[in-house]
Formats: sequence, structure tokens, C-alpha cells
Amino acid sequence: MSITVADVEHVARLARLELSPTEKELFAGQMDAILGYVEKLKGLDTDGIVPTSHAVPMENSFREDSTCSSIGLEKALANAPDRAGSFFAVPKVIE
Amino acid sequence: MNIFDMTIHELHTALKGKQISSVEATSAMLKRIEAVEPNVGSFITVTSEQALAAAEQADQLIAQGECDLLTGIPLAIKDIFLTKGVRTTCGSRILHNFIPPYSATSWEKLRDRGAVLLGKLNQDEFAMGSSNESSAYGITRNPWDTTCIPGGSSGGSAAAVAARQAIATLGTDTGGSIRQPASHCGCVGLKPTYGRVSRYGVIAYASSLDQVGPLTRDVADCAVMLGALAGHDPKDSTSVDTPVPDYSATLSQGVKGLRIGLPKEYFIDGLDPDVQKAMDAAIDTYRRLGAEFVDISLPHTDYAVATYYLIATAEASSNLARYDGVRFGHRAEADGLLEMYTKSRSEGFGSEVKRRIMLGTYALSSGYYDAYYLKAQKVRTMIMNDFIKAFASVDVILTPVAPTPAFKIGEKINDPLQMYLSDIFTIPVNLAGTCAMSLPAGFSASGLPIGLQLIGKPFDEESILRAGYAFEQATDWHTRKAAI
Repeated sequence: MSITVADVEHVARLARLELSPTEKELFAGQMDAILGYVEKLKGLDTDGIVPTSHAVPMENSFREDSTCSSIGLEKALANAPDRAGSFFAVPKVIE
Repeated sequence: MNIFDMTIHELHTALKGKQISSVEATSAMLKRIEAVEPNVGSFITVTSEQALAAAEQADQLIAQGECDLLTGIPLAIKDIFLTKGVRTTCGSRILHNFIPPYSATSWEKLRDRGAVLLGKLNQDEFAMGSSNESSAYGITRNPWDTTCIPGGSSGGSAAAVAARQAIATLGTDTGGSIRQPASHCGCVGLKPTYGRVSRYGVIAYASSLDQVGPLTRDVADCAVMLGALAGHDPKDSTSVDTPVPDYSATLSQGVKGLRIGLPKEYFIDGLDPDVQKAMDAAIDTYRRLGAEFVDISLPHTDYAVATYYLIATAEASSNLARYDGVRFGHRAEADGLLEMYTKSRSEGFGSEVKRRIMLGTYALSSGYYDAYYLKAQKVRTMIMNDFIKAFASVDVILTPVAPTPAFKIGEKINDPLQMYLSDIFTIPVNLAGTCAMSLPAGFSASGLPIGLQLIGKPFDEESILRAGYAFEQATDWHTRKAAI
């Protein structure tokens, strides 16, 4: 296991994060140490073990298909950094 | 007796008997907050005006003879809980300007019973941390020794109880974030079974592990708070629809014949000698009270931290994808959409949050999913099975909460792996989804609190509360007060 600065840059791009050169170096070392530590799981035989995604066994959770009130446009837009009428405004997407 | 030193049940008696009004109690708490806050830093936001208005309303209810256990009781809650109209930051710069349009169910339940909100408490950013040092709003100090961390991520929730800035508080626990700070600050902290309390309106960190719970001065208060919080919520489909027992009713039934398990994997060589001493004394106390001890094994304990840091970071990387600068929160100046996402997130998140998003993204990325995330989910099953097996022969499990008392501020900040390993005794409970409580069980030679962990079967909070109450009746650790 050896995490390089190039690996960090690739993952940062996937996560939509921009890291400084110092952060990249730091994260490469720290991620390498942490992922090195989790390697210990590989020593466990997990053949035939069912993975757990949720601690409480549950089937689908159903409710009545009925309407209820929503918070409304003004409240939904109240935290918008920028808005245009009844929309969230963002920088131009298509040139 | 100072009002701010009171428990919920003591203040309730005084409110009901009209010796004190809620406005008086709330004013006393606000004064106390003002006096000690510069030395502690428990709060991100103090809501003085709203608190006094709510206290006046509570006093009107009490005058009409409607005095529920929580009516007029001044509480504070972690800044991870959405509060309608009150800024909610989750300890992050990315939410510095976020005013929620609705409230968390857990807070609404307390408020509907007349509780008064004093403010929003400091925490590690997005609940990621064990020391409260990752908050974007300054560090929180341990009221017992202000050069030490209070624990995290509900560090403000524990420090506020220990510094008597709130009668009780709410926190959340994903890998120990209620129990570890409760242990370090000498208060009672309960992580209920996953699904016992609604997570609606709680800002998500790792959704399959997050759970809401109280931090209080004693076990009786903890039972009152859990009773108020527990129950199914149609707005959280993972909250479980099972009856909520009267937790206060069974508290004093004692521990005679209770089978307490001692897992050998938790009593290791690296344990701090003061912690070991406190555990030995606690075991003696329980023996005297008539409990039986059973040696048990939770063989996969050593794999829990590795499992947790794959599952929690994977879920976090997904949950935190919503902070993109589009609909709420911080937005950076940018020319294009992609640049806006990237800049908003990079400016808004702190270092620990970025590190965990990176780890989670890596663990979920193409080619690594099976080796990391899926593998961790399988080991999670093995850890759950350890508990199922153990609970076939015992009623509760007794362990330390943390391997050491509170460490110094700055001590582990540059070594994330060492920081993660400090949660070794609390993490398995979250992976197994069951319930556990931390309660005061002694002090280190340097005067720092040491906590005892009682782990219960899923949905059997009654047994750990009963066992905790019996311990509290036989000891006086919970009555000690930090000299702040």
C-alpha cells in the first residue's frame, strides 16, 4: 500500500475538492497510514459472510399514500446563495 | 443550592412547587453561561431572547397546573440538530449562514414537553472527531482541566453539562461521540439502540451508525430524557415502531442476579492504570450489589476501528456530497459550475472533514469497493455476531469507555490514526447497532474523570439504565463538580 500524490489528486477530483500542494503531501502520508492500518481486515476470512448495511433488520417501510403540506417555495429558497425568480441560480453551465 | 447545579428532577420539583420560576432558572443558566463560557467554549450560539420567551410560556403552563417533567427545564443541544429559525452550523464553515426551515424531531419532542432551548453547542465539524478540535468555531475545553480536550464529537454537549451551563444536553453518537465526551467530562451519556430515536433533522454523518442521545448529570435524568426522545417517527423510516417503556419506573429494581459480561478484549495491557483501577473498583461495587460476573469474548474487537473508518467515511463521502453551494450554505465566487462546487467545498470544509471525504471516496471508488467497503460490511456482520453470542449468556456488558482519561489539547491533532484509535471501546457498539451508556466511575491521579461503559442488548436500554442507577446509588462520583 502506497498512496501517491497522483492518487490523492485523482480522489480529490472525484470528491470535488481542491487541495493545496501541502495538503496533497499531508493527505498522501496520512491516507497511506490509515489505509495501511485497515489492511488488517484482509487477514480475516469473510467467505460466506453476509454483509451488513444496516444494524436493525428491516423490510420496506410503508406509509399511506396521502398528500401532506410541503414547506413552500419561499422557505425552500430562503437559504439560496443566489436565486432567479422561483429558481436556484448557478453560474452558466453551457457555453 | 445553585439553580445551575440542579438535575432535571430537582429543578422539576422546585418548578412544580413554585419555589423557582422557569424564567428565574433560565436567567440563572444564561448568567452562568456568560460567566464560564470564556474558559470553556461549549456554545456556538446562545439563544437568550428565545430562551426567556420560552421560559415565560413554560411559567404560564405551570401556573395552569401543567408541569411535565421537562416543562421549563433549560437545555442546550448540539449544533447538528436543525432548529427552525436558529442558525445551525454543524461546526462547519460551509453552514456558517444556514437557517433551517424546520426542526429535528428529537428537539421538537423536548420542546413540545415544555423544555427551554438555551442555545446550540459546539462540536467537531460534521461530528467528525474525538476532541472537539475540528470545530470551525473554536475549541472547547474540558471543565475539569482546561488544558485538556472535552472529548468529541459532542464535546460541547458534555462540557456544558460538566460546567453547569445547561441542566442537560443532546448529542449524537456515531462511533462514541456521546459516550467518550461524557466519560472525559464526568457526566452520564447514553447512545440508544439504532432506530430507538428519530434521526429526522439531524445533519447526517454516517447514516447507518448515527444515533441521538442525552447527556445528563445522573442516570435518573437520562431515563427522563430517553423517555421523551424515544419512539417511532414517520419522518424517519429507520426509526423502529416498538413500544417505549417507562424507563424511570424500573430504575430502582437493583442488580441482584444481573449477569454482567467482562470482555477480555477490552481489558488490555495498554489500558491506563487509573482506568484499570476504576474498572476494578466498579466490578467490586457491582459484586457487592449482587451482580454476577461472566468472562466473555468479543473476538473481533480489534477489527472494529478499521471497519468503522471504512464504513463511516464511505457514508460520509456520500452524505456530504450535498454541500455543493447550490441550494444552501457557503458558495464561493466562481466562473463555472464545476469550479463553484469545488471551490465552495474546499473553502467550506475543514481538514478532518476533507480527510474523511477523501478516505470514503477512495474506499468506494472503482476497483476498491470490494476490497474495502464490502469487506468492512462483512466484518461488521462478524462484530455484530460477537455481541449476539455474548448476550446469550449475559444481560449487560461492562467495559471502560476510553483507554485513557482526556488527553491534552493538540496532543493528537497531527496524528489522525492515533486519534481514531482512542475510540476503540465505543465503536463496536455503533457497528452492532446496540445501546450503551457512559457513567462517572472515578478520577485519574491528576483529577480527570473516568467513565464506565455499560452495553445492553438491542432495545434493552432499561437494563443498562437500571444497572447504572444501582451503581450511582452506591457511589458518589456523579455528584463531584468541576471547579470552574
